[in-house]
Amino acid sequence: MPAEAGAKITHPPVSPEKSAGFKDKDMQAVIGWILRTGVFVSTAFVITGGIIFLVNHGHSQIDFASFNKVPDFISHIKGVIQGVIHLKGQAIIQFGIVLLIATPVFRVLFAGIGFLIEKDYLYTFISTLVLLIILISMISGHIG
Amino acid sequence: MSVIVFTVIVLLGSYFAGLLGSLTGLGGGFIVIPLLTLVLHVNIHYAIGASLVSVIATSSGAAAAYVKEGITNIRIGMFLEIATTAGAFTGAILAIYIPAQYIAVLFGGILLVSAVMSFRQLAERTVNQQSYLARKLKLGGNYPVNHEIVEYGVTNVAGGFATMILAGVISGLLGIGSGALKVIAMDGVMRIPFKVSTTTSNFMIGVTAAASAVVYLQRGYIHPAIAMPVVIGVLLGALSGSKILVRAASSGWIRKIFAIVITLIAIQMIYNGITGKI
Repeated sequence: MPAEAGAKITHPPVSPEKSAGFKDKDMQAVIGWILRTGVFVSTAFVITGGIIFLVNHGHSQIDFASFNKVPDFISHIKGVIQGVIHLKGQAIIQFGIVLLIATPVFRVLFAGIGFLIEKDYLYTFISTLVLLIILISMISGHIG
Repeated sequence: MSVIVFTVIVLLGSYFAGLLGSLTGLGGGFIVIPLLTLVLHVNIHYAIGASLVSVIATSSGAAAAYVKEGITNIRIGMFLEIATTAGAFTGAILAIYIPAQYIAVLFGGILLVSAVMSFRQLAERTVNQQSYLARKLKLGGNYPVNHEIVEYGVTNVAGGFATMILAGVISGLLGIGSGALKVIAMDGVMRIPFKVSTTTSNFMIGVTAAASAVVYLQRGYIHPAIAMPVVIGVLLGALSGSKILVRAASSGWIRKIFAIVITLIAIQMIYNGITGKI
């Protein structure tokens, strides 16, 4: 990559912490908290749902080789939430899984907000772009 | 097979997968997917869906710890996530249209490459040079080494970005974190210090996996009965692994055993893929 041949760093390459109130350090703390809480809460749902599922269906026979698609009642988010209210094991697991998938997405969202507070507009844009790609992925999965 | 027997087998297998994955740094997906497909004859798409969810859990859990230590470079991570999420989306769409047996062969191939790569000698190094793009994107940073702050620069951003697209495609296609390839992109191509590369790779794995997991979820390939024991098992295994890693200084022999096991599994996956048994 000759076009990118480097120039010597003249100042510390750390990003300038422009805003006095909110710094990269605070962002690290917030992101750490989101990730930890997200994993903890979603795993709690998965374990709870798993116990209910095994108590109710532990002895049912399932041929995991030939089954196709998830049960109808949890194939859409509305059904999952209704299932959670009615304490259906598989719905509670699925709800936990949805929360788990959402965790890193929330991490991107909050990093984007953090960059906005830092007035780092380039990285606010980059965060938005990542969110947009995930959104497109979500929509395409639905349509196709 | 009854649900309870299936759950116990997958739970135990996933625990060991998480343990080995964490000790070797290769991730749990490498063992979970062969376990589900080769041993329990689960359709590979469902195996990939469950593995992706476990990848999100372990990487988010570990990233939470790393990010507080200040080693993870959030800007490098965010910027390269453009590449990995776009790649992961592409990989997930491809996976839906590619027949299961081709995926199995590809999985075996990537597995073999990873086994070889895990023997790579790693040296910590930093560059003081900063390329034009890296400066524009404020990618350089610093990290603590023995209570000292070490500054580092970043080069070859375009090369790293391209490698990250590939890492994303593989992650979405095969349901693994493809952490090894992410580290190569940062450490090998962009000359980012190894420690920063590994923690930032971990930071990115969750978002990458989420971008493809949403596709699998909506296609109905994430089944709660499979994903539940996989997620719990891998997460607990990875937790145990991180505890052991602190105690045992040298894990050289674990790597050797793991590489042999991985090679055997890889051959099995390729064989079953070619003969159409998957």
